[in-house]
Amino acid sequence: MLFLGEVFIGGLLVGVMYSLIALGFVLIYKASGVFNFAQGDMTLLAALALVGFLNIFPLWLAILATLLMMIGLALVVEAIILRPLVARPPLVLFMATIGLGFLLQGIGQGIWGTDPKGLQIGLSDIPFEIKGLLISQFDLAGAVLSGSLVLILVWFFQKSKTGRALRAVSDDHEAALSVGIPLRKAWAITWAIAGIVALVAGIMWGSRLGVQFSLSLIALKALPVLILGGVDSIPGAIIAGLIVGAAENLAEVFLGPYVGGGIQTFFPYLLALFVLWFKPYGMYGREIIERV
Amino acid sequence: MIYRECGVFKATYQEDMAIFPIPLDRWGVMVISTIAIGGVPFLANDYWLGSILIPFLVFSLAALGLNFLTGYAGQLSLGHAAFMAVGAYASLILYGRYGVPLILSLLGGGLVAAGAGGIFGIPSLRIKGFYLAVSTLAAQFVIEWILTHWKWVSGGVFGTVDAPPMKIWGWVIDTPLKKYYLVLSIVIPLTIFGKNLVRGPLGRAWMAIRDMDIAAEIIGISLFRNKLMAFLISAFYTGVAGGLITFAYYGAANIEAFNIMVSFHLLGMVIIGGMGSVLGSFLGAGFITLLPIFINQFARGLGMPLKTDLLACLDLIIFGGLIIIFLIIEPFGLARLWQTLKEKLRLWPFPY
Repeated sequence: MLFLGEVFIGGLLVGVMYSLIALGFVLIYKASGVFNFAQGDMTLLAALALVGFLNIFPLWLAILATLLMMIGLALVVEAIILRPLVARPPLVLFMATIGLGFLLQGIGQGIWGTDPKGLQIGLSDIPFEIKGLLISQFDLAGAVLSGSLVLILVWFFQKSKTGRALRAVSDDHEAALSVGIPLRKAWAITWAIAGIVALVAGIMWGSRLGVQFSLSLIALKALPVLILGGVDSIPGAIIAGLIVGAAENLAEVFLGPYVGGGIQTFFPYLLALFVLWFKPYGMYGREIIERV
Repeated sequence: MIYRECGVFKATYQEDMAIFPIPLDRWGVMVISTIAIGGVPFLANDYWLGSILIPFLVFSLAALGLNFLTGYAGQLSLGHAAFMAVGAYASLILYGRYGVPLILSLLGGGLVAAGAGGIFGIPSLRIKGFYLAVSTLAAQFVIEWILTHWKWVSGGVFGTVDAPPMKIWGWVIDTPLKKYYLVLSIVIPLTIFGKNLVRGPLGRAWMAIRDMDIAAEIIGISLFRNKLMAFLISAFYTGVAGGLITFAYYGAANIEAFNIMVSFHLLGMVIIGGMGSVLGSFLGAGFITLLPIFINQFARGLGMPLKTDLLACLDLIIFGGLIIIFLIIEPFGLARLWQTLKEKLRLWPFPY
């Protein structure tokens, strides 16, 4: 029973970190209607840049420099990719972000090299004990940091004036424009926020797994979270992240040994497919009503 | 003037329904086919045949398969390399363990892949758009896992199966030239079949579904049947391509050769070449296959040979950049550029 609890909590903590990446997708989708497949590559780029800056700057300055870079990236993406593709079918924008992903991967690895790098931010990975449960300190710190960022973002989108403007944009571009919300600025802000989320995710996952190409594949673990929760639902991303994190850990530990292990890579997808069969727009996603 | 449509009078239904109604097109296709069959052996050396033309043709076939699904039927698939893997392993097992004739085992591999495609196509009946695109990734991960963990298929965790020497009725296929002919003898009939498929009832139904599935359903097109057919046929083509590339190029089936990057490359070929165009599949595959070689040669020509990892990065940058550029400037890809060129040539010396 204790072991079950450990596996479950460990899964939940990882799940919070999945939620964080999934949230990056949801935010951009809600504010610009773009499914940003490059989120994982943005994470990789942020982590690579941070490691690169850490060679020259102290930690806080390096984080600041990376932050500025991600914001700059958001402006460039808005100007070069989003603006020419405005009013095109969503799947075209989706494919454009796949291209953007390759572009960022190439640029990041071209500048900072392809060899795996370590990222130390001063968190130890010694598990500690609460009432007999062993919990990884690192996972806990990551979950707390991710969780607080998630809360800040939810507050920002639901309560602040800018957040409200961004939600208006996501509802209807033209209507938002006509009441005086600057569309380009809204998009730039959204992508900048996605960049910040990528940076935090890059720090957490980078110091966990090392900074290298495979970091960009983390996004692939967040995608089932996304479709399970619904691509346009912030609470959906959080809840689905927890479900996926716990479920894949439990499945790996209790189901894995019977089938040969390694089922973590695809179990979330099967789970998501199973749920989607009954709810095609995820658990909390908005149903799209189509008309001829 | 050069590319003329005038003087083409369609007097019979047969002429009206021809694949290439314009004589110049017909001649062009014939000349290219003749060069591919008769000319290439004299023009190309073993390096060109083995390392460029074979992968080009095979990836064209795979891209054509994906184009049926994405370009014609409008269903995005991000896990198509997995169907190549299924085709590869299935054809190797059919040929190597059960002694099925080579061509039949390649087609059999395609059929097995089609079965897998059908299974992963079922969600498309309920799920649409992004949700479907993401769930096609499930195909990639599930198939990768099955192929590496099912001992009967891959013989262990490494998942490598060597291709046995190829023979057709005692004729040993070992040189690049013979392999090239093997590939060509599969690719040409399948391309002709595909070209006819997309202009027949099935292709038209696919295009209707792509443009608006609800409207298509209302005019009586069965979404279930046609979407499933799109997945089946697409996976069949991709599976045959997977078998071919294993026999004729890699020499062994390894799951790493069909990872998710290959899926994205296939999608890139379809976008750059032209969605919803048979010609585009070939152009896109040629472009993507030749690009790294070209960059390398170009850099060497400038007198600064690139290191391999930098070359790989440059490759990524150009590949990603091209996808974006094509989506912005020419969403129908190289095939549309070719179309535009033909429009220009029609008027050429007197453009008024």
